[in-house]
Amino acid sequence: MNKTMMRVVGVILVIATFLLISECAKKDKPILGSSAAATAVYVAPGDYDEFYAFTSGGFSGQIGVYGLPSGRLFREIPVFSVNPENGYGFTEETKGMLQTTFGQIPWDDAHHPELSQTDGVTDGRWIFINANNTTRVARIDLKTFETAEIIEIPNSGGNHGSPFITQNTEYVVASTRFSVPIPQRDVSIDSYKENFEGTLTFIKVDPDDGAMNIEFQIIVPGYDYDLAHAGKGPSHGWAFFTCYNTEQANTLLEVNASKNDKDFIAAVNWKLAEKYLAEGKGKTRPGEHYTNRMSHTTHSATSTLTKTVVTLDPADCPGLIYYMPTPKSPHGVDVDPSGEYIVGGGKLAAVVSVHSFSKMLKAIEDEKFIGEAGGIPVLDYDATIAGEVTNVGLGPLHTEFDGKGYAYTSAFITSEVVKWKLGTWEVVDRIPTYYSLGHLMIPGGDSRKPWGKYLVGLNKMTKDRYLSTGPELAHAAQLIDISGEKMKLLLDFPTIGEPHYAQGLPADLVHPNTTKIYELEHNEHPYRALSEKEARVERNGNEVHVYMTTIRTHFKPDNIEGIKLGDVVYFHVTNLEQDWDIPHGFAMQGARNSELLIMPGATNTLRWEPQKVGVFPFYCTDFCSALHQEMQGYVRVSPKGSKLPISFN
Amino acid sequence: MIKKTGMVLVAALILMNCGGGDTEAAKENAAPKLSPEGLTQEQIKHGIGPIGMLPLGPQDEAMAAKGAEVFELKCVACHKIDERLVGPPLAGITTKRSPAFIMNMILNPDEMVKKHPEVKAMLAEFYVPMTFQNVTEDDARAILEYLRTI
Repeated sequence: MNKTMMRVVGVILVIATFLLISECAKKDKPILGSSAAATAVYVAPGDYDEFYAFTSGGFSGQIGVYGLPSGRLFREIPVFSVNPENGYGFTEETKGMLQTTFGQIPWDDAHHPELSQTDGVTDGRWIFINANNTTRVARIDLKTFETAEIIEIPNSGGNHGSPFITQNTEYVVASTRFSVPIPQRDVSIDSYKENFEGTLTFIKVDPDDGAMNIEFQIIVPGYDYDLAHAGKGPSHGWAFFTCYNTEQANTLLEVNASKNDKDFIAAVNWKLAEKYLAEGKGKTRPGEHYTNRMSHTTHSATSTLTKTVVTLDPADCPGLIYYMPTPKSPHGVDVDPSGEYIVGGGKLAAVVSVHSFSKMLKAIEDEKFIGEAGGIPVLDYDATIAGEVTNVGLGPLHTEFDGKGYAYTSAFITSEVVKWKLGTWEVVDRIPTYYSLGHLMIPGGDSRKPWGKYLVGLNKMTKDRYLSTGPELAHAAQLIDISGEKMKLLLDFPTIGEPHYAQGLPADLVHPNTTKIYELEHNEHPYRALSEKEARVERNGNEVHVYMTTIRTHFKPDNIEGIKLGDVVYFHVTNLEQDWDIPHGFAMQGARNSELLIMPGATNTLRWEPQKVGVFPFYCTDFCSALHQEMQGYVRVSPKGSKLPISFN
Repeated sequence: MIKKTGMVLVAALILMNCGGGDTEAAKENAAPKLSPEGLTQEQIKHGIGPIGMLPLGPQDEAMAAKGAEVFELKCVACHKIDERLVGPPLAGITTKRSPAFIMNMILNPDEMVKKHPEVKAMLAEFYVPMTFQNVTEDDARAILEYLRTI
């Protein structure tokens, strides 16, 4: 055999092997043909995605903004964690956003994004998200994609069951995962049963500007409250909270909190709570918390400390709250689009229990109680249950809805999405995910109007799905087509942090409303410089304030002298541009915080304490024009005690 | 899927241009003569944008004063009257350019820089494109009035 022939045979063998492997792969994976799947997720250059998806960053503390069906990442919104990339949490204006009663906190664990709704339909105004660790709720404005407000939740530990909204965004609800001594005090951990309590917090949302205020907290027995959802339609006025650890264990919970066959879904009549508040049943209790709000006129956060909260005690408020037994250590509680069915994901049971809202009301009326827990009436399981979904996989956690009569439940242990029919409770389809599915998301899938075209699976494990990147891997999301009878896997895409939950909505509810610039005429920052004539440097003791402007392609002033060691210099930089997508950056050598990234029309401030004598440059970091590399300046730093006066040009 | 309005506009422009060039005869006889860039003589003279030909009356001093204020806020970072800064000096600009051209340059700089041959030539000289500074049509008219005074 000559060399040419050997080469030809070799090539044929390689092709044959490849074909065989791809054939096997096709048989192995329940996906569309690769080209059909590629077409289904292809968004041509310059075209737009049909949906936005907002993923929680989990332990990154932020929110990821993706397009569906492409899975492209558009932006990471800094929420609970500092972000030196744009100065969030480092600038004088944004430091206050991270203020808490524990001081300034640079990080958190963000789990559940929740879009605002009007009449139970996603409206594209705001997205809320919780901080688990140092208990807070944030509101992000979907015009600017910036964090507009963060409110701290007092009397809480592990703000996991949060932030779920009522159907007109009247309230954001938040429940404590960890029960704690209320108020906090120095007690033995063993005294858990006597001293630890939980809270269900109702945060009122201003319908016009979204401003959040804690309206009331309900004091509840010291269990672990896990997740929540508000009622809708007929069940509007109620909110539902899962809880586990009704054993009230305080050590080795994996065993000690898993003993009871059933834990509870708490049903809270919040409209009745409003009535009790009006009747004066609320008690003012200690509850120090900060509310931090960003203004888009001053471009600065204001932090306000509130000392107390109003609490309601179920013992004083008959009918306020009932427990519905639900197997076993239930995790998610999800209300179907009609508002009739309340679906509990029985984390440690291989069953999804569906309660009926109308049966619940009847059971309350007929007093079908089997006893009480911590003074709260416990309803008879058989009196509220509408059906049980069996064969739903192991570890059912969360359920979303497609608006066409089907529900989709994530099964964590068996790594699958299980589709079942509301009313008959029969499983009609299932599809594996890769791997260990936690939350799943259908755009609008927890509202009255789901857009049931795609489902995104948010997996906890990644393993071999992508090119390897060492011990740490990006978490895997999977896009599944749910438009037909059978679910079809379309796409894998990596996500930031731990995408715990996500929410999605049609792009046209957000995209056309975006803020492109901040108008200079409305800039009310106390240190603004609205034209180059106002640019200046002022000394006040050892504080130096630089009123700086920036426009393509220069800073004004660009040379500053008369700074001394021991000075604290504040660069207040106003971006005079009024054109979309022309931020300027500002980086100062030796600054121990971050850069600034200043949006058109805004003023941001970098604090700089010079460390060395010499002449130090600053420059624009965001490539803004052909002369970007010319966009620079110097600061001369003289020794302490120097008599050199301030000068600039 | 959402379509960019911009793309629709571009498509519309292309269609309009194609319409003008259907047949050689039509081009010769009926359609206005287009520049090599596909612009009409009107567009070459008065710029591309919302403002058509704009006859000016006598100088309006109050409007010029308002224009000076807007100019101070939105323009001076890049323009001086007598010398080059980021952009060209503006002394005598109203004798060099038509009123509509000046306003279109303020109101629609993106398209002017991309399509107008003389503005494209300026980009090659100044490197930084003229930017839209969120100026309203009324304010642009006032700036024009101010520029008549310098």
